[in-house]
Amino acid sequence: MRYLPHTPEEIDAMLAAVGAASLDELFASVPADCRMTRAWDLPAPKTEWELNDHLRALAASMGVNEQTAVLVGAGSYHHHIPETIRVLAGRSEFLTAYTPYQPEMAQGTLQGIFEYQTLTARLLGVDVVNASMYDGASALAEALLMGLRIAKKKRRVAVARAIHPHYRAVVRAYLEPAGFEIVELDTLDSGRTDLGGLGSLDDLAAAALQSPNFFGVIEDLDSAAAAIHQAGALFVACFTEPLAYGLCRNPGSCGADIVCGEGQSFGLPRSFGGPNLGMFGCKEPFTRNMPGRLVGETRDVEGRRGYVLTLATREQHIRREKATSNICSNQGICALTAAMYMASLGGTGIRQLARLNYDRSEYLKNLLIKAGARIVFAGPTFNEFVVEFAADFRPVRERLLAKNIVAGLELGTLYPDMAGRYLFCVTETIDRQTMDTIAAEVGA
Amino acid sequence: MKEIEELKLPDDIRYTDDHEWAKITGDTVLVGVSDYAQDQMGDVVFVELPAIGDTFAKGDEFGTLESVKAVSELYMPMSGEVIAVNTALADSPELINQQPYATWIVEIKPSDPSEYGQLHDAASYLQLLKG
Repeated sequence: MRYLPHTPEEIDAMLAAVGAASLDELFASVPADCRMTRAWDLPAPKTEWELNDHLRALAASMGVNEQTAVLVGAGSYHHHIPETIRVLAGRSEFLTAYTPYQPEMAQGTLQGIFEYQTLTARLLGVDVVNASMYDGASALAEALLMGLRIAKKKRRVAVARAIHPHYRAVVRAYLEPAGFEIVELDTLDSGRTDLGGLGSLDDLAAAALQSPNFFGVIEDLDSAAAAIHQAGALFVACFTEPLAYGLCRNPGSCGADIVCGEGQSFGLPRSFGGPNLGMFGCKEPFTRNMPGRLVGETRDVEGRRGYVLTLATREQHIRREKATSNICSNQGICALTAAMYMASLGGTGIRQLARLNYDRSEYLKNLLIKAGARIVFAGPTFNEFVVEFAADFRPVRERLLAKNIVAGLELGTLYPDMAGRYLFCVTETIDRQTMDTIAAEVGA
Repeated sequence: MKEIEELKLPDDIRYTDDHEWAKITGDTVLVGVSDYAQDQMGDVVFVELPAIGDTFAKGDEFGTLESVKAVSELYMPMSGEVIAVNTALADSPELINQQPYATWIVEIKPSDPSEYGQLHDAASYLQLLKG
């Protein structure tokens, strides 16, 4: 039996209404070579309990399951998600809401987005945050396009090599076909980005740094802001791990003009890499050049507080090809989840959780150094760092995998010159026993 | 919106196809938008201005007008260099609606003053509006 919502009686009634004798006759105008003639190649139907068993077996066959300790971040972070988030974000009112064009119909959704914008603006240290973008990578590409838009006639942007390689690939996909030039900034021995060459770059609209960067190293954002502004460019600061700003000064307060990145850390499961949350904010003078939707607070005719999409004239349903971006959607449920997460933890909670990530990360760092490994970059780190082992790490990693521990990400595929080095991530989900086990295997 | 007969179209300035006006003041030219343009736009809420020293060719986009219902580009009536911008518009964009001809947007030093003669006079602009 096919799983269709229509009964045979309904199908017959509809066929009668259009004057077709059968479904085949109805579809006769579809060319034969566009129609599938063979049967679907699907397994036999299963009962509900058989299907559950099948899916459980599939889940267990994955590299990561509930029992696995994952010490890989690299843009997607394994954090504890409070049960309150699952319960609240799972409410059907939130899951069904779409674009809140009509304020009279969508006050709840609009207020949810407004709260997200407010909390995120405080976290990032910027004046205004939009209703969210698809993910960190597209947010960075949009930020650089925004920088080019503000600079008007300039054609060049600089991007740190220590920005997530996937993000840089998306930036290239956005900018290169449009004829913009992308200059990569090298990484110093400290793991921080080399800003020395910025002064000699003319025609520079914007320069982007990630902090903590892909190697986990916290960039010197104050110096970066000075150097980039000296070069006459806008400073775009991006991030993959916003939790770091619970401990580190946020990019806005360090002088970044546009701040963007990935919000997955805040209550969103990693789910094979999506859906994610692009956080995007800027300083006030650039608001009108910002991509995406924006929710503002207002008063209704009776003076009551209300929320409404604002500055919509920037967007493509009004401005067409002159719009600030072709993104006119947002990650509504992900943004709402992140807002719930931030509100649940509060400023103090985010600070404490960030501290816990840092402390545990430093604990493993020290254990690995004692076991003979080298921390590749001397720069300060948050919850990720790059390790070089005295001997081949692959057999050790295999042994740890057998113990349900995923020990780091080998960097060679993303950075060929870093082959054999491993990027480790330690969040609050990694307990001391796990880290002691890793150190023991490395030392064995 | 106003009927075409209700529009004010002064005789001492010239007009473009895109509804900007140009007015000669000594060596320089003031640029604004016509009564028709402000009336069509509705309440202007933001004016994006160029920088002093920017140079543009005739027909180049030099800024934008944003109203409650649309955003429109502003185009240069004549080639030249921007020597002043009306900073009062930052706080009072509504001046464009209230006094479209007293409210200039940019002052330019034209590179080819003869371009002024190619613009519509009031009668020709009125014909354009009547279609």
